[in-house]
Amino acid sequence: MPSKYVIHTKPVSHRFEPVTRSGIIAWEEGCLKCAVCVKKQCVYGVYENRALDSRQMIDSIDNQCMNCLRCVQGCPKELIHKSLNPEFKALGDSYWSPEIIARLWYQAETGKIPVSGSGYPGPFSGPGFDSMWTDMSEIVRPTRDGIHGREYISTAIDLGRTPPYLKFTGSGDLNGESLSVVDIPLPIILRLPGFGSLSDETIKGWAMAARRLGTLMSLPEGRINDAVKDFGEWLMPVISPDSPGPGSVPEGVRLVEVPWSADWKGIVRNIEEKDPSLLISVKIPMAEGMEEKALSLVEEGISIIHLEAGPDGRFLDDRTQYMKDGIRFVHTKLVGEGVRDELTLLASGGLAMAEHVAKAMICGADSVFIDFPILIALECRMCRRCTKELSCPVEIDAAPSTWVAARVINLLGAWHNQLLEVMGAMGIRDARRLRGEEGRAMFFEDLDRSVFGSMGDVEEGCELE
Amino acid sequence: MNRHNKFEFPEVIKTPSRFRNPIGKYRLNRTGDCIACGKCVEICPYGVHVMKRGRVFVKNHYLCVGPDCPEPCHEACPVQALSLKRNPDFDVMGDFRWPPDLLASTWHMAEFGEMPQAGLEYRIGDSGGGFDKLRLKFKDGASGHGSGPDGPDEDVDLGLDLNRRNDNAHRIRAEVPFYGGGMSYGSVSITTMLSRIKAFAALGTFCCTGEGGYPDELKPYDDNVITQVATGLFGVKEETIRRVKIVEFKYAQGAKPGLGGHLLGDKVTPGVARMREAVVGYPLFSPFPFHSVYSVEDHKKHVDWIKAINPRALVSVKVSTPNDVDMVAVGSYYAGAHIIHLDGSYGGTGAAPDIAKKNIAMPIEYAIPKVHRFLQDEGVRDKITVIASGGLRTPHDVAKIIALGADGVCTGTADLVALECIRCHNCESGRGCARGIATTDPELMKLIEFEWGTQRVLNMFLAWRKELIRIIRKFGMKSLKELVGRTDCLAHLDYMKK
Repeated sequence: MPSKYVIHTKPVSHRFEPVTRSGIIAWEEGCLKCAVCVKKQCVYGVYENRALDSRQMIDSIDNQCMNCLRCVQGCPKELIHKSLNPEFKALGDSYWSPEIIARLWYQAETGKIPVSGSGYPGPFSGPGFDSMWTDMSEIVRPTRDGIHGREYISTAIDLGRTPPYLKFTGSGDLNGESLSVVDIPLPIILRLPGFGSLSDETIKGWAMAARRLGTLMSLPEGRINDAVKDFGEWLMPVISPDSPGPGSVPEGVRLVEVPWSADWKGIVRNIEEKDPSLLISVKIPMAEGMEEKALSLVEEGISIIHLEAGPDGRFLDDRTQYMKDGIRFVHTKLVGEGVRDELTLLASGGLAMAEHVAKAMICGADSVFIDFPILIALECRMCRRCTKELSCPVEIDAAPSTWVAARVINLLGAWHNQLLEVMGAMGIRDARRLRGEEGRAMFFEDLDRSVFGSMGDVEEGCELE
Repeated sequence: MNRHNKFEFPEVIKTPSRFRNPIGKYRLNRTGDCIACGKCVEICPYGVHVMKRGRVFVKNHYLCVGPDCPEPCHEACPVQALSLKRNPDFDVMGDFRWPPDLLASTWHMAEFGEMPQAGLEYRIGDSGGGFDKLRLKFKDGASGHGSGPDGPDEDVDLGLDLNRRNDNAHRIRAEVPFYGGGMSYGSVSITTMLSRIKAFAALGTFCCTGEGGYPDELKPYDDNVITQVATGLFGVKEETIRRVKIVEFKYAQGAKPGLGGHLLGDKVTPGVARMREAVVGYPLFSPFPFHSVYSVEDHKKHVDWIKAINPRALVSVKVSTPNDVDMVAVGSYYAGAHIIHLDGSYGGTGAAPDIAKKNIAMPIEYAIPKVHRFLQDEGVRDKITVIASGGLRTPHDVAKIIALGADGVCTGTADLVALECIRCHNCESGRGCARGIATTDPELMKLIEFEWGTQRVLNMFLAWRKELIRIIRKFGMKSLKELVGRTDCLAHLDYMKK
């Protein structure tokens, strides 16, 4: 059994006050100056501990308020109110919602799983990953108690070719294809996000996090410079079509990626000739024809396929289709052709919450990439000012690499524990067994129609209530 | 005649908010132009305005129904001194499942014992699926049959027979189709616990202790207590098993299906530690699952153990809603359970990882029809009582889940909302609930008085009862039992033909 994989986290403070969902509005006019003011009775000491953040010139009060509304309900002159914060609502976009962003900030800061009381507060279901639920076990099947450490749940996976069987020589030695795989203890690879106000320090911080976590950081070879040259073993360079070749990648690199192009074969051959020990992943767009592309890659002996969806978890061409289904299509196709076990399937795009990792794997991926979450861990507000070459409101480019690494390690620590929760409830002890376990998931489109589909008849004169 | 005719339900006693400023949907602003003519006081049907010593002021903003008002004061005011606007505080509360309208309407029920008259959506939430897309479907003229629209309430039977096996165990009837779900001593205050139990006892039904032991304060209500045996076995003794009529095995709970419980060290006060036979200040883990149960045969051993200690006890089996929930249900029946209690994944009151609350196991709206049909096919549906819980908020939800195949329901969150929970979701942080509901902090606990808490919960459920009677009558039925599994009484907005 591998040694136990634990991600040590410790609180890492924010550099800027986070945007909060609501704010306190307290009027002074008409104040009775009560001897015992409701503000002094605050259970959380919010009014006493408030301070001015001199950097942003804002009051910290809203970041401490826990929304119990006791001051609102107690003030005899009704001078205290709370109101929704329009700035919060404006964060991100329809996919990278304010709630997701705030949740990622919390995890990067604390390293803890988000926990709350009184039931699930969200919508019944939603598009993409929100239209599936994961299974649990009770009475008739055992669960695994992973989170409290009483049973070991492994989240490790292999990247590369696993041979269907081993061949031995007459004397009992291994014969034929040697095992060429990269083990990562967490089915999550970091990836350079599509935008961001990044500096060498940011990228170095991410590489440091990848090393500490034992996983990889994927980035275009053009972004590899002296700042990360010592991190070769933990990098996954993406080779551009006009690259001089693998000589340009730092020492120690074990895995490179080649994007699908007209001449992908030539580039792959070129890499193989120069360094046959390198593992190669080929990236194909999640779009029309991906199943055929994947099959052709398998035929050419490619052992790692990366399916890339859009940053909002949809197909790159058909915006009405979701990556949850894209992964299933390709996985099912490969299973049908009897080749699924010979390769590693990676998925990227729109992985925004820990649950998406488990769900992408249930749909058939071996592992996933995350990109924007490692940027949001650095307090990114997804405002996209950087894409217009405007300054970053939270100065990500000025953050030191140690802070960057610590925030990302916290985020992944929290995600790892959440993955253990989901796997433990399902009774699965090995992440490699999660792959393609569709029977242990429940899909909205199946359940909803089978339960409610017959409830569409409303006869003339019926009253609905 | 019928036994249920003998039961007398308690009276509603008006029980306003314990806070100085109750939160309503609207606010009325009165300018200095007011001439104190008293017109607004006179025409307002809801008692929003009050005249005192020659001056008029808005005393009860929260009772204002806004644009639904038949005689708007702000239009009638001769000097235009009144203006109406939505209260910004209102929208800060609640969430998709319990939008502010549902919170405020539940508070209305807890204060007045009836449904809000106007201004609030009290039937559904904003979750966009499940209950919130289902509608009760009344056929034209249906209310002309059955008991008719106007007979006495006693003509409609909402009662629930809990023992349908007809074995040696108690023949127990709950007078209303709901009972209180388990909330442990330690997770909520003793006042909250007692308020709920006393209210449920007064309604002729039951309330579960949860997994934190059986405090002596509950002794007067022994006949209405369900004691829980859960994986940590905290506070479980032969004596507590013997004291009650119903024993509940908790295999899983909807708040965190497949996961164990964790009471933080801070919450293990001397009182909690004594009750749970544990050490003060040390965190307590309730493991998942029962490590002695990995099959229906193991499960039967558990049930037999209870029957050996208290042969007349009813055994309830509380499980969550995995893919094979139907197998679990039928297995529980064959193991000897009287009640199968399905706790759907969206409910629960306890602190749980958000990832579990949202993603693990299926919503109760899917699980109940699945189990109902499976038990029917197995030919045992009429031998076991099916209880639903997990995200039931209103009497309409109750009617819907019964039409989907449940016999009755179990509540938790709604009771806490009656005690003025605003769903800030911070039950577990620091000293616990800042509003004094889910806390063991000696100072915060004092925020709720026992009498007040009892009456609030009671009022809300009396309103639920009244509303359910209205619904049953409107269906042309005499008993809630007639509604069980009647999916033809439901319509789902997404599947309705245009």
